[in-house]
Amino acid sequence: MSRLPTWIGQHLAAVRAIIVLTLITGGLYPLLVLGIAQAAFRNQANGSLVTYNGKVAGSSLLCQEFTDPKGNPLPRYFQPRPSTAAAPGSKTGFGCDPNYSGASNLGPNNPALLKNVQSYKAAYAAFNRVPPSAVPPDAVTTSASGLDPYISPQNAADQVNRVAAARRLPVGEVRSLVARYTQSRTLGFLGEPRVNVLLLNIALDKLSVTSGG
Amino acid sequence: MATTTPARPPAAAGKQAPAEPHRIGGGLLDPKILWKSLPGAFKKLDPRVQVRNPVMFVVEVGAVLTTYSAITSSTRVPFAWTITVWLWLTVVFANVAEAVAEGRGKAQAATLRRTKRETMARRLTDWRPGREDAREQGVPGTELRLGDHVVVEAGQVIPGDGDVVEGVASVDESAITGESAPVIRESGGDRSAVTGGTKVLSDRIVVKITSKPGETFIDRMIALVEGASRQKTPNEVALNILLASLTIVFLLAVVTLQPMAFYSGAPQSIVIMVALVVALIPTTIGALLSAIGIAGMDRLVQRNVLAMSGRAVEAAGDVNTLLLDKTGTITIGNRQATEFLPVGGVQVQELADAAQLSSLADYTPEGRSIVVLAKQGFGLRQREEGELPGAEFVEFTAQTRMSGVDLHDGRQVRKGASSAVREWIRQSGGTPPEELGQMVDGISAVGGTPLVVAERANGTARALGVIYLKDIVKEGIAERFAELRTMGIKTVMITGDNPLTARAIADESGVDDFLAEATPEDKMELIKKEQSGGHLVAMTGDGTNDAPALAQADVGVAMNTGTSAAKEAGNMVDLDSNPTKLIEIVEIGKQLLITRGALTTFSIANDVAKYFAMLPAMFESVYPGLRHLNVMGLHSPTSAITSAIIFNALIIIALIPLALRGVRYRPSSASALLRRNLWIYGLGGLIIPFIGIKLIDLIIMNIPGIG
Amino acid sequence: MSGSVAGFLQAGLLVLALAVCHRPLGDYIARVVTGDRDWRAEKAIYRMMGVDPRADQRWSVYLRSMLAFSAISVLAVYLFERIQGHLFLSNGMPGVTPDLAWNTAASFTTNTNWQNYSGETTMGYLTQMSGLAVQNFASAAVGIAIAIALVRGFARSRTDRLGNFWVDLTRITVRVLLPLSVIGALILVAGGAVDNFTATHVIHTLTGSSQNMVGGPVASQEVIKEMGNNGGGFYNANSAHPFENPNPFTNWFEIFLILVIPFSLCRTFGRMVGDNRQGYAILSVMVTIWVASAALVSFFENSHAGTALRAAGAAMEGKNVAFGIPGSSLFAASTTVTSTGAVNSFHDSYTPFGGAVLIFNMMMGEVTPGGVGAGLYGILMLAVITVFVGGLMVGRTPEYIGKKIRPAEMKYAALYVLATPALVLIFSGLALAFRVPRESILNPGPHGLTEIMYAYTSMANNNGSAFAGLATNTTWYNVTGGIVMLLSRFAPMIFVLALGGSLAKQQTVPVSVGTMPTHKPLFVGMVIGVILLIVGLTYFPALALGPFAEGLH
Repeated sequence: MSRLPTWIGQHLAAVRAIIVLTLITGGLYPLLVLGIAQAAFRNQANGSLVTYNGKVAGSSLLCQEFTDPKGNPLPRYFQPRPSTAAAPGSKTGFGCDPNYSGASNLGPNNPALLKNVQSYKAAYAAFNRVPPSAVPPDAVTTSASGLDPYISPQNAADQVNRVAAARRLPVGEVRSLVARYTQSRTLGFLGEPRVNVLLLNIALDKLSVTSGG
Repeated sequence: MATTTPARPPAAAGKQAPAEPHRIGGGLLDPKILWKSLPGAFKKLDPRVQVRNPVMFVVEVGAVLTTYSAITSSTRVPFAWTITVWLWLTVVFANVAEAVAEGRGKAQAATLRRTKRETMARRLTDWRPGREDAREQGVPGTELRLGDHVVVEAGQVIPGDGDVVEGVASVDESAITGESAPVIRESGGDRSAVTGGTKVLSDRIVVKITSKPGETFIDRMIALVEGASRQKTPNEVALNILLASLTIVFLLAVVTLQPMAFYSGAPQSIVIMVALVVALIPTTIGALLSAIGIAGMDRLVQRNVLAMSGRAVEAAGDVNTLLLDKTGTITIGNRQATEFLPVGGVQVQELADAAQLSSLADYTPEGRSIVVLAKQGFGLRQREEGELPGAEFVEFTAQTRMSGVDLHDGRQVRKGASSAVREWIRQSGGTPPEELGQMVDGISAVGGTPLVVAERANGTARALGVIYLKDIVKEGIAERFAELRTMGIKTVMITGDNPLTARAIADESGVDDFLAEATPEDKMELIKKEQSGGHLVAMTGDGTNDAPALAQADVGVAMNTGTSAAKEAGNMVDLDSNPTKLIEIVEIGKQLLITRGALTTFSIANDVAKYFAMLPAMFESVYPGLRHLNVMGLHSPTSAITSAIIFNALIIIALIPLALRGVRYRPSSASALLRRNLWIYGLGGLIIPFIGIKLIDLIIMNIPGIG
Repeated sequence: MSGSVAGFLQAGLLVLALAVCHRPLGDYIARVVTGDRDWRAEKAIYRMMGVDPRADQRWSVYLRSMLAFSAISVLAVYLFERIQGHLFLSNGMPGVTPDLAWNTAASFTTNTNWQNYSGETTMGYLTQMSGLAVQNFASAAVGIAIAIALVRGFARSRTDRLGNFWVDLTRITVRVLLPLSVIGALILVAGGAVDNFTATHVIHTLTGSSQNMVGGPVASQEVIKEMGNNGGGFYNANSAHPFENPNPFTNWFEIFLILVIPFSLCRTFGRMVGDNRQGYAILSVMVTIWVASAALVSFFENSHAGTALRAAGAAMEGKNVAFGIPGSSLFAASTTVTSTGAVNSFHDSYTPFGGAVLIFNMMMGEVTPGGVGAGLYGILMLAVITVFVGGLMVGRTPEYIGKKIRPAEMKYAALYVLATPALVLIFSGLALAFRVPRESILNPGPHGLTEIMYAYTSMANNNGSAFAGLATNTTWYNVTGGIVMLLSRFAPMIFVLALGGSLAKQQTVPVSVGTMPTHKPLFVGMVIGVILLIVGLTYFPALALGPFAEGLH
């Protein structure tokens, strides 16, 4: 190599360097992490999947739509936040598609966003029979990922009456279920209090089954 | 500034008690000079000249653009013309600043030129040392070549720079130094250099020419004070790079603003875009930068120091170590007699009398000081040589190391080095008393120089006592050194004395360090050692053997009395030959840099206010919310933009005196200086334009077509 | 506990953790790059690379090695993307189109990680893991190496050698990035980040409808994406995606990862120049601006200005419930003051002034604390400018860490400071001047202008976050973006190394009371002032027509 011109020598070294680094940081390293992760944190490493009746029912980290085939929200279920994670061209109500994670990217003064917020608000108010002024913000805005599995405790509380009515369950029972599935801040100060919609709805289905609903 | 009388008034610095802290002042802005420099300012509008100053060149190009735009546009004509006129004024003001600074030098150069008359030289074609009958040939001074020998006699002007190789003469150097008292120039030694253009007053000398025609000292002086050979100094170049890059950034910010303005539905006219560029680019410092540099050199010239390059002036500001010759810088000239100490029952009066007698023919400064002490302390009138008929004076020689007098009555008086005089006493049959030895040792131990006085009368010699010669440390020098310490500059005293004496003087004067029994080689060694530690070293010197050290030092100040080798080696020449001036030179160097830094800070900080004036004015029509940025509450968009531009031009004129005078400098630590200058020029630069622009707006809002 | 108290505690714990970690990590990095012993594994690597680890390089050779490595890197990533359909673990993805592959290759090699694609539908697992993630390591190591070379320029005296690029690259990767990544990745997996090779498949939800289930080797890439200040998300939603950043703890931990190396490098700097106080002065500048940014973003987001956000009742558009406004604001400020560009919330939907702070963070040139390495060398360049102006004001040729700032040094610093704004302004101006790039704007009015400004500011500062409303997977943005990212990464590096070379040649000047102190609060204030002033003045018009026009009524 010493006989080659310097610039060729350097590029040869660069090619070899890329190969070596790819083997180490793009081969050995991820495989090592993957191996340990699969051995030690199998559940988390595979997407924190939850099962219902022995079948995988989704990931506790990803939202799901609780709609009928036409995309109308089912009153029996707590509803997640509006989602923009949908295949291009799909109708509303078919969000929460992990293949299309992402946000609306609408600006704070964008009339389109204002229109969305207003229509979400009207729909939410009508669906849950709450005054439009009381609709919680997370219910009328889309999340950053379109896959937000959580809603705010206020959002959940506002849906309790409607869910209880649809399932013919005592309001108090649903409310205490919500309370049980409300996560407080990690360590008391990290993040925000929140309710995992999928886990709550699974618990709700289980409750309905046991109480014969 | 005197423009008709000799270039410089007789220099005061060297004559007064030099340790008197000498604050740097500077010339004031004389309205007459301002007026005189106007034509020069307009001449500099030539783009070929202007392009050398990138910031102002951009303004000039902008002014051309707005002129074109003002001529062709039909809307908002008064506004366009107002901006155009003020942009041109901005360029002119910048040129005025430079022209004024140069003007002061030009006046001096004119005076110097008058002294540089065409002289006929009497060239000796085949001169050799000792040869009296060399052939003489008359040639014009301009035709002298290196190595030619010329003869100059009383009343004639020396035709070129050179060294005296034969004879001794008194020379009037007032044309160069402004000092009217003649000086002695003689062959050999350290006082051999003569300068072309000076006049021989007495006697005859042969001079070997050491400069080419057109490159004589006077030629260089003229070039220097005129600024003709002015090259940008490293810091100035670095600052120019910064200013140029800021100019490019702001130019880009404004050019790319146009597509944004189009997108926003408010495209801007050429006039406004140019106005914004000019307001943002650092015109204040750009306009004053060269004036600051010229004025800095000028401040040195006014102190009778010629810096061969601006680089040297800047280096002076950076100096970490000052090498100061003891004699003349730290102590007053030479040692002085301060006390007569009699031995063995001799009366003081008797000793004083003998000491005076022995010193009558001793014309060294030490000898004179003995006579003076005898007169002041003991009322002994100085006797003239002629008053003592038959007296025979014995001069000091290196062999005898004594001087004295043999009186007609046979009495012999001697004074001199202790060992020599004691030996003389013994040879003359006397015995030096024990007491004498102790006294001599005691004086040496505290750094003084003892001279023993003895007499021989009636065949036997006896010691009379000791004269205590002492180095007199200049008054106030300790404070000066303390000041230098706060500036972070170390002082080193250079002396040929023994370490004991050196230590005593060092302690008394407060100098940080000393180099005793210094040879030129030691000096060189010390400079190299300091430099290898990353220090910048300044020194003064005059002898030929100082030349290598002067060349090695970062700032080498040669004394004008010195040899031409020394003057050639140094990068500054002090025409007053006052070594204390080194301290002032350092201060001037610092002040020059501070002025540049302060005005740069001021200039950039100014931009904030200009944005707040101009941006709302430009875009309020499409985004009314931007009116909240109009914090000054300016009257209208046109008045706002005009006010910013007028302020931008006027601030240049307002700061010319500061640029010429330099910002106030007071020796203190870097932290203190920085804090002070940041407050004044940083915060001031932020606030002043808000006030200034508002005031201008209040005035021009009433002008139709603008308000 | 109220939300704001929790927010303060969250930030406070972050400061505490960084304060605890920066010293050992900074000292460790200093030892890694100054030690003269090679690990056995490293010797093997040098043999495979075919380089002599003992060869001390001149700045120009160091530069050529770095440029050669980066050029080959662009090529390697480009090829990976183009042929991924034929490789295993492709997850069914075909080759990437040429313009997008070019943009992405440039983007990852330059530590920008601007993404004109959505990971889950464009990139196969192998491309992500062995193409893109390799550059996450390499570009981070290159950034640190260049910073170290500059610091050597300050630390060394009378030499023309700045170290060996291949050794720096290898040691930083092997001894710093890899071990930390393994630990960090496992913490993230334990928190819920996924790490598997399961291809995208369909599952049935509770209601019986189908949902795509995604996977991939995410955690191993996520950790270096944050720690190396890369920011390229495995998925389109980046760190907002629950599989990348599942809960408030991982969110906090990712912010910590983003900041830990850039802050620690100040300690490394102080250590290497033999005066820790110098490192702390620089650190103080960075921390001050970072804290101020985070506080301002939180303040503006809490005030939820903007018609749509007012109607919603809170600035929750584009934010996840679990992180809320404090966790999103802190992340957003941290990802923009560093050159990370990962996002856990979408900046386009931020309030006008909240978004303005984010764009301003990047405009400052990514120096507070900036990208790994890039932040340190960037702020040192600005410190040089500050020292120059300040040094003149104390009446000496300005000097920094014992080195004089003369015309040559000034030239490199000035060119450095000039390069990025020039690219931002020229390309934003061009994009706004032409119809085609203008059509990519999603949001009307001044917000649209901000989107374009944000895009080029992000690319030219190698950040990579986006006002993602701008549709940038177009030929125009792919091509110009690639050019901007490469120029803005490597042109400044040339000036940095040139400066390092010229500093190393200088004799170190001893400090005296006449030297302007560069370790005191006054200097810290001056550097902050210079940064704010230069950036403010450069971008004020653009900001006035973007966020200010939108936010002021």
